[in-house]
Amino acid sequence: MSAKKLNLKDKYRLLTRDLDWDFSYEDRKDAFPFEEFEGIKITDWDKWEDPFRLTMDAYWKYQAEKEKKLYAIYDAFSQNNGHLNVSDARYVNAIKIFLTAVSPGELAAHSGFAFTGRQMGGIGARIAAQMQSIDELRHIQTQIHAMSHYNKFFDGFDEFSHMHDRVWYISVVKSFFDDARSAGPFEFMVAIGFSFEYVLTNLLFVPFMSGAAYNGDMATVTFGFSAQSDEARHMTLGLEIIKFLLEQHEDNVPIVQKWIDKWLWRGYRILTVVAMMMDYMLPQKVMSWKEAWELYFEQAGGALFKDLERYGIKMPDYTDLIKAEKEHLSHQAWWTFYTNSQATAFHTWIPSDEELDWLSEKYPESFDKYYRPRWELAKEMAEKGERYYNEGLPQLCQTCQIPMIYTDVQNDPRDIVYRSTKYQGERFHFCSDQCQHIFENEPEKYVHAWLPVHQIFQGNCGGPGGLEKVMDYYKLDVGKANMDYVGSPDEERWKNWKGVA
Amino acid sequence: MSKVLIAFQENDESRYIVQAIEQDNPDATVYFEPAMIRIENEGSLTINKATVEEMMGCDWEVQSIHVNLLTLTGHIDEDDDYFTVHWDN
Repeated sequence: MSAKKLNLKDKYRLLTRDLDWDFSYEDRKDAFPFEEFEGIKITDWDKWEDPFRLTMDAYWKYQAEKEKKLYAIYDAFSQNNGHLNVSDARYVNAIKIFLTAVSPGELAAHSGFAFTGRQMGGIGARIAAQMQSIDELRHIQTQIHAMSHYNKFFDGFDEFSHMHDRVWYISVVKSFFDDARSAGPFEFMVAIGFSFEYVLTNLLFVPFMSGAAYNGDMATVTFGFSAQSDEARHMTLGLEIIKFLLEQHEDNVPIVQKWIDKWLWRGYRILTVVAMMMDYMLPQKVMSWKEAWELYFEQAGGALFKDLERYGIKMPDYTDLIKAEKEHLSHQAWWTFYTNSQATAFHTWIPSDEELDWLSEKYPESFDKYYRPRWELAKEMAEKGERYYNEGLPQLCQTCQIPMIYTDVQNDPRDIVYRSTKYQGERFHFCSDQCQHIFENEPEKYVHAWLPVHQIFQGNCGGPGGLEKVMDYYKLDVGKANMDYVGSPDEERWKNWKGVA
Repeated sequence: MSKVLIAFQENDESRYIVQAIEQDNPDATVYFEPAMIRIENEGSLTINKATVEEMMGCDWEVQSIHVNLLTLTGHIDEDDDYFTVHWDN
């Protein structure tokens, strides 16, 4: 007689419970040394519920299927000169940002989930974190493979790994993941598993990727959606960890609330660059940053926080501020990169008249009043041969490492927000009240921040001798991989391929 | 009641899944966007194995939604013959 086939729930129970063991001759605390120092109290790991109940056999089966589909498309893309089918070569600059700033974050997430997948005491949570760790490794590998085709034809891709540890704006993402990975396992899970994966990564991997598809980038939308098919599972892990921590002990509630407040803000700040990629770098528009934000954060995130109210968790108190900032974020970011693009690994440009009209239509509250006039002026100056570059180095925020570009959108959107505080006799600067509060909660951590501008002034980025030395240190090919798209080798090649003068 | 959301890559498999969702969740709204299909509904959305199999005309494992799934919001309840996302308030 054949054995009765197990249903999904039984299979998963056997995988995640009966494979674990008790410690008989070793102290359990020695096996999981990071489980208590953050103040989190776990009373019963058996209460962990993984709603997806993905068993190992199913995991490997479906991941293999995803990879086969993905690499078949990469082959087709590359064999058919897929780069010629993008809407416009300006678009490719968005995926240069993706490779230099986002992909290394996948590797950092891989390492962070490997850590939590070892250190959490519950077997169900460990297995889910280990699967996610493997997924994140898959993501960086597939992203590098996808971009390797573009690297043959466009400037700015080849030194992404070298740049990750050095270049000023890339330090924003690097420091974000370093901050999370140097926290304990539960803070890491709330930081990356919940705040980033559940609440924020949709903004990058869903509407931006849909935009990549709309702009003819078959390689990027394919890795993006393949990665996102894992993200749906990661989001579920993020939500589960929050519910689990909150249900385990009431003392966990204020700790978790503080982590949510910190990490939603940290993640939100990083998305500034995604706002700009959506509004300024997709020649064919799908939806504005503001519309994506309303759908994926205000609607979906709002439903989530309403659900978490029963545990005593509240939406962070800066919700009104970020609601107001959606009108401004992308414009402030693109202007910053446009005026500093002598030091970026991608090209910038002045939006075309049609693009300016689209922005006016999508941002009726802010664009014509505050931002359109700047672009009209930039255009006028460029036409006179006086293209404006910012020659100074910006003040960076000690916490998020973003230049102080954000303005006081709730009062006067023309005023830059500057905050500062003193710690052990030294003054530290911040872009916002939120970044200042994060610093003040753990100053001993953030005083160690490696701030690119400070490092340049200290002579640690290629030595003294001006910006030229710094660009060599970055391995940035000035004038080729950066500055204006118009007149760049990228543009020249594109025109040749397309047969336009 | 809060809205739940599920999105799939747009392809032949997903189209049948979406048809099954539309049949079993008549109030759901379906949005076709470049390369993807997004479905929203008040409170909950359910995918039934039997309905998807009827649409596809072949066997279909619920867990294979992982291959084409892009994102979702809400709590998940999954077993051999159905997959549900829901908010309770």
